[in-house]
Amino acid sequence: MNLRKTVPLLIYILFLLVPIYWLLNMSFKSNTEILGGLTLWPQQFTLDNYRVIFTDPSWYSGYINSLYYVCLNTVISLSVALPAAYAFSRYRFLGDKHLFFWLLTNRMAPPAVFLLPFFQLYSSIGLFDTHIAVALAHCLFNVPLAVWILEGFMSGVPKEIDETAYIDGYSFPRFFVKIFVPLIASGIGVTAFFCFMFSWVELLLARTLTSVNAKPIAAVMTRTVSASGIDWGVLAAAGVLTIIPGMLVIWFVRNHVAKGFALGRV
Amino acid sequence: MNKVKNNKAWWLVLPVFLLVAFSAVIPMMTVVNYSVQDIFDQSSRYFVGADWYRQVLQDPRLHDSLLRQFIYSACVLLIEIPLGIAIALTMPAKGRWSSLCLIVMAIPLLIPWNVVGTIWQIFGRADIGLLGASLNQLGINYNYASNTMDAWVTVLVMDVWHWTSLVALLCYSGLRAIPDVYYQAARIDRASAWAVFRHIQLPKMKSVLLIAVMLRFMDSFMIYTEPFVLTGGGPGNATTFLSQTLTQMAVGQFDLGPAAAFSLIYFLIILLVSWLFYTAMTHTDKQ
Repeated sequence: MNLRKTVPLLIYILFLLVPIYWLLNMSFKSNTEILGGLTLWPQQFTLDNYRVIFTDPSWYSGYINSLYYVCLNTVISLSVALPAAYAFSRYRFLGDKHLFFWLLTNRMAPPAVFLLPFFQLYSSIGLFDTHIAVALAHCLFNVPLAVWILEGFMSGVPKEIDETAYIDGYSFPRFFVKIFVPLIASGIGVTAFFCFMFSWVELLLARTLTSVNAKPIAAVMTRTVSASGIDWGVLAAAGVLTIIPGMLVIWFVRNHVAKGFALGRV
Repeated sequence: MNKVKNNKAWWLVLPVFLLVAFSAVIPMMTVVNYSVQDIFDQSSRYFVGADWYRQVLQDPRLHDSLLRQFIYSACVLLIEIPLGIAIALTMPAKGRWSSLCLIVMAIPLLIPWNVVGTIWQIFGRADIGLLGASLNQLGINYNYASNTMDAWVTVLVMDVWHWTSLVALLCYSGLRAIPDVYYQAARIDRASAWAVFRHIQLPKMKSVLLIAVMLRFMDSFMIYTEPFVLTGGGPGNATTFLSQTLTQMAVGQFDLGPAAAFSLIYFLIILLVSWLFYTAMTHTDKQ
């Protein structure tokens, strides 16, 4: 490790961490201390802000709702994308290139474009304000991405493995589940990570498609603005709690992150 | 890999096709439908042809936000791509330290977008934020809520904070795929660090850079939540980007026709620019 490389990297990491530290710092302060003046660390350490969130159902149900639709979305995306990615990586078929490109264009569609149509579509089939509605809406950008990443990982598996398995008498479903899926386990992990990530961070669609029962935490956070001003402490505590699921997920895939970020193409 | 021709593979793609058709084609057709009709209520709707398109294309509010959007996306790409490459070059290749780097750098990517806005809102305010307070201590009159320039800088710095890691991580994985023999050959030839970068590292990073540029372009062009939380589009309209203008139009004023026409134009611009980037960056391969 040489100094000329380490110093800029450390500066960058510091730049990343300082705003997060500030959020964390604030979440342990009372509102009087926050507004009273600038302190680099909490003078009167308090967990009250967190207590508010964990004791009020309208707060913590936001987290449960978010986690629920995010997991639902990850499962749906993976289960439809796996066979499709296999088809794209192994076979040529009628319109395959067009279909692949068309899938990717959906990743380019601004969610703002789909706000009203989604609202009307899900209202008309009675899915408004359900977790499944948000999960399906997020498939718009997660499914193309999942197909794209998985296709990259699957193309890295030699085709001879498939052929040998078929000669050994494996049927397609059995081969797929018993042999192929374990081979690309890391790819599936990375894909799940990406689906989780993009669904977790999205707000616009999630907020539009829900009102009470499936309200995501991101929308609940706007509640901290009241007549008496913004409740900064609780807002900060809620923010800190939204970072934690992401950090847990990245901890699980840390060894595959580098390859995963190249979408399996390196 | 040479692929076998097999039309039965359609059965494997069918679930994806149906799902995406449900969640993309039906809403898209609704948008098309709105864009050519004037709708008062369920029973009275009139076909108006291209009128909404004409109206939208002449709307100065949209011209302004389109221009802002292009400047913003250009700034984002010009800052984040070189910075991301530079950071990827400084990252250690192996060991505990490198996986720690990866995890720390991935944190901003996993924070919900509205919380990113909140973090910078808290961080930048002059009364309670570290950044705002220290800048004002230094004698710089900084206030992102009232000064246009400050608002722009804050939104840009926030985006750099949020997304440079994505570019860096992509480039990092591209760099790791370069075999050691390339570097050994360069050492024998006594190539300078710049020559190694220009002729070995950059060409090898091309495929991941393509992904990085495309993703960053698309996402910065669709940006909504972060500036909305941070500045609310202000001061005035200074940081109102396309998605926000569209949302105001569709949900705020309920101008369905113009909003739909605008949506389609917006989508086409993204498709067109993405295609331009794609062809420009893959075209050089053939030469």
